[in-house]
Amino acid sequence: MSLTIPTVNLAAIGPELALTVGALILLLLSLGRYRRSTGLLLAVALGSLAVAFALVIAAWKAPVEAFAGSVALDRFAVGFSLAILSAATLTVLLSLNELERSYLLLADYYGLVLFATVGMLFLASATSLVMVFVGLETLSISLYVLAGQRRTQASSLEAALKYFLLGAFATGFFLYGVALIYGATGTLQLREIGTYVGTHGIFGSPLFAFGVLLLLIGFGFKIAVVPFHMWTPDVYQGAPTPVSGFMAAGSKAAAFAALVRIVFVAVGPTVVNWTALLWVLAVLTMFVGNVLAVVQDNVKRMLAYSSIAHAGYILVAIVAANDLTNSSVIFYVLTYTFMNVGAFGVLSALASRDKEALDVHELSGVGYQKPLLGLAMAIFMFSLAGVPPTAGFMAKFYVFSAAVKAGYIWLAILGVVAAMISVYYYLRVVVYLYMREPDGETTAWPRLVPAVGVALGVAVLAILGMGVWPGSVMGMLRQAAALL
Amino acid sequence: MLLLVLADNYLLMFVGWEGVGLCSYLLIGFWYEDHYNAYAGRKAFVVNRIGDYGFSLGMLLLFAVYGTLKYDVIFSQAAHGVGVWALGAVTLLLFVGATGKSAQIPLYVWLPDAMAGPTPVSALIHAATMVTAGVYMVVRSHVLYLLAPDTMLVVASIGVFTAIFAASIALVNNDIKRVLAYSTISQLGYMFVGAGVGAFAAGIFHLMTHAFFKALLFLGAGSVMHALSGETDMRKMGGLKDKLPVTYWTFLMATLAISGVPLFSGFFSKDEILWQAFISPHGSFWIWLIGVIAAGFTAFYMFRLVYLTFHGKSRVPPELAHHVHESPPVMTIPLSILAVLAVVGGYVGVPKVLGGGQHFERFLEPVFARNAEELIGHLPHHSASLELTVMLISVIVAFTGIGIAYLFYMKRPDLPVALAARFRGIYTLLLNKYYVDEIYNALIVQPIFHLSNSFLWKVFDVKIVDGLVNGVAALVERTAQRLRRTETGLVQNYALGFLVGVVLIVGYYLVK
Amino acid sequence: MNDFTPVLLMFLFVAFLVLFMLGLSLLLGPKKKSAVKGEPFETGMVPFELPGDRFSIRFYVIALLFIVFDVELVFLFPWAAVFRQLGWFGFAEMLVFIVILALGLIYAWKKGALEWE
Repeated sequence: MSLTIPTVNLAAIGPELALTVGALILLLLSLGRYRRSTGLLLAVALGSLAVAFALVIAAWKAPVEAFAGSVALDRFAVGFSLAILSAATLTVLLSLNELERSYLLLADYYGLVLFATVGMLFLASATSLVMVFVGLETLSISLYVLAGQRRTQASSLEAALKYFLLGAFATGFFLYGVALIYGATGTLQLREIGTYVGTHGIFGSPLFAFGVLLLLIGFGFKIAVVPFHMWTPDVYQGAPTPVSGFMAAGSKAAAFAALVRIVFVAVGPTVVNWTALLWVLAVLTMFVGNVLAVVQDNVKRMLAYSSIAHAGYILVAIVAANDLTNSSVIFYVLTYTFMNVGAFGVLSALASRDKEALDVHELSGVGYQKPLLGLAMAIFMFSLAGVPPTAGFMAKFYVFSAAVKAGYIWLAILGVVAAMISVYYYLRVVVYLYMREPDGETTAWPRLVPAVGVALGVAVLAILGMGVWPGSVMGMLRQAAALL
Repeated sequence: MLLLVLADNYLLMFVGWEGVGLCSYLLIGFWYEDHYNAYAGRKAFVVNRIGDYGFSLGMLLLFAVYGTLKYDVIFSQAAHGVGVWALGAVTLLLFVGATGKSAQIPLYVWLPDAMAGPTPVSALIHAATMVTAGVYMVVRSHVLYLLAPDTMLVVASIGVFTAIFAASIALVNNDIKRVLAYSTISQLGYMFVGAGVGAFAAGIFHLMTHAFFKALLFLGAGSVMHALSGETDMRKMGGLKDKLPVTYWTFLMATLAISGVPLFSGFFSKDEILWQAFISPHGSFWIWLIGVIAAGFTAFYMFRLVYLTFHGKSRVPPELAHHVHESPPVMTIPLSILAVLAVVGGYVGVPKVLGGGQHFERFLEPVFARNAEELIGHLPHHSASLELTVMLISVIVAFTGIGIAYLFYMKRPDLPVALAARFRGIYTLLLNKYYVDEIYNALIVQPIFHLSNSFLWKVFDVKIVDGLVNGVAALVERTAQRLRRTETGLVQNYALGFLVGVVLIVGYYLVK
Repeated sequence: MNDFTPVLLMFLFVAFLVLFMLGLSLLLGPKKKSAVKGEPFETGMVPFELPGDRFSIRFYVIALLFIVFDVELVFLFPWAAVFRQLGWFGFAEMLVFIVILALGLIYAWKKGALEWE
């Protein structure tokens, strides 16, 4: 009996390795006497993220594929990885606010964030369904735990449990889909599945078609597509605020990366029936998300619904399935990372041990009491609403223009209508920030932690920068359209 | 304005056009606390909207016919006979836009009121921007106009009629700035005459020289007003020559230029237009004749202005008189520079018959000649003597105007009063600007106002538009209230919803 | 009409049949409620604990740890079978795997997951 050992190229998983090592170090530190030394823990987390960043950027020049075609760190993966790593870095910094520090076991917490990031990166670079599944699970399990980090709060535990139960439910569908596809095609490599589709067509075998549908449902859960979105508000509301942002941005980026890759490489983008389904899902998602967000008073919950709506916008680009899809999705995901993590970050920066300002009424007059935070929040809201010159506008523009170019004019129009609904509730926050008198006694807002300030500043600059010079970013991302 | 001029298609030109309009509106209403100023700004804006509507309609028609708004494409296609049938309408609509912006009959009414703005703004609007936009546009589209001879006639007629119409109003007006405003309208009329008779280069030439001396006139008027603490009524001026020497001399230069006195810039450009009107196949003797009379009027009212303001006895109220002073250098230096330009600006276009090189026409030749020759053939050659005769006539007319002004306001100040008494009807008619504002008000503004007030606002806007907007908002709100009930918070229900989704999706594909 | 339409029809038929039978017994069956009938039935024994009681969390922790090492064994057996062919490369790989697992064990141990009380 002879064995062929597949080519081992650690460069392809370099970023993941760096983060794993960092996470393991953090876990060990959590056992000893350094578990309370914030600076050290922060340094380890940021250090491993920095190494990962460097390795990812290095891969831009030299894309690699390894492990018998299971992992490909191509430019496409690099684009998404940058969004994911940005989300993780911002989350690490934003978690240093007063409220979270009062109960977080920081070492374990950072470890879990890094593990989740590893899962996300794998999703971005996975080229085989098994790797997709491994990434998905790594990410999910870490997030289940992260959602329940406020161990003394019932809502946090509730969030974790709900997320876990429904996540497990969805994973079942996903895995079943993978099994069916394997049964139909005899392979798990996306490219070979693509060859199969090329010869048999997507409806060549019912087995395969069902597998694809179940796969889509599994992803639908992760990116919170209607009707698989119900968990989102409860979970985002209950989870620690920075984690909510991380879940929304990071896991969405990762799941979309895998979904786009599967759509383009394995299933083939132009199958009519498949796009019809995505079309309906995109419209439903945009409208349900936006309409429900209108009536929310709790800002975190509102942002949760808004994240559903944003998933819908991104789906629009996937429906388009043309040469603009990849670049516009990456641009959107990148933008969304900064504005969404930023928005949750502001909320968590406003929370103190005694009080967490989550209701929109509680934000009254914050724009004057905390001018910098108020300004940052306003910019995030404008960007989420898609007001120029923020990156949110350009992101929506690219997504919708991809749809228009592909001939889905009605889809683009519906998208714009949905976006108009969304303006209401985003600007409502701004109205409260600046145009309402604070009611009752003045709140003593907590002091701004420097790390949080830096993170928010970076997010604001990124949003404005990408909004003012979208062309150069987009030019880079165009090159990322090339899949390995 | 630069955008307007540099654009290579009508759409971009329109953007610049609107930008100019908006800025002018804001500048006219600069002192917006004053009710009248705000009103003037609004009037300028609304009247221009009418013109712009014509422009946009013309643009849409162009696009419908040619499928593009790029000049070169449209021009070359039109020159090859594509879509000529539409050009009559297109050019007329575009001309409506031009009459709005360049203050021609019937849309000139905003310009005299626009004098409410700060005087440098008036200078800017009249000399460089805004009003010249219409001329530029017509000239820019000369290919189209040449293909629509009827429109050319309309343009020339309206131009010359405006020229004499505005000049006649200026004869009797007593407000220094308003006289200049009507003079602008009149001069713009000349430019349209130039455009209308196919002398595009001459039109643009006049536009340029006019820019020099009209800016100078306005700034000079501003200087006078500065000296008199904002007084604009010429009846309360007089004898300012010695107190405001720089202003006087520069003002005189501009006046000589605008009156068409030989060797000053206005002479060359205006005469070029009149000559072309005389000989061009598009022109006619009548246009020329009216143009010459208007030139006489111009000379008269401009010198009337000069005499009333600077010569004779001072009629300045005593409380103002003691601090009449020359303006500071920051005002006089621009005046001097403009004065030089007003004098020599015409020498770039001295006609051949006077030994000049017609440099300006040469400069524009690449734009105009190519198309013009294609379309109307070579201009008939006329003898130099005829040109000189024509020129001489206009010079005589100009000097006659000056002479009459001198007679009326220097020698026999009683004469104008007597004349006014004698021709009471005409005088009142002129003084009231032919009652055009009142007629417009009664015929157009009031009916629209009533329609807006009774129907458009109270019914259409409040009930239908607002109702629609609020209705949509309420619908979203109600839908959301229903939908939020699906978020029960119970994990079992969520899983059920999930499953229903799965069943629907899979079921859909099963049935298919 | 494709190959799976009969399957769908069968699903529908089954669903109908189940609902029909349940509904039938609901309609026709005699219903007499009493206290005894409501008691949980534990092979004749008197129940000494409510069935809804919670288990100690420690069971889960132990179960999780057990699964981890169980799976490790599943990995180790095939590895051991082909150890010679894999050579030093295989050795190193498995070493890494076991070290990571050991780190996990240390973590669990230190966190007190192995303490029962």
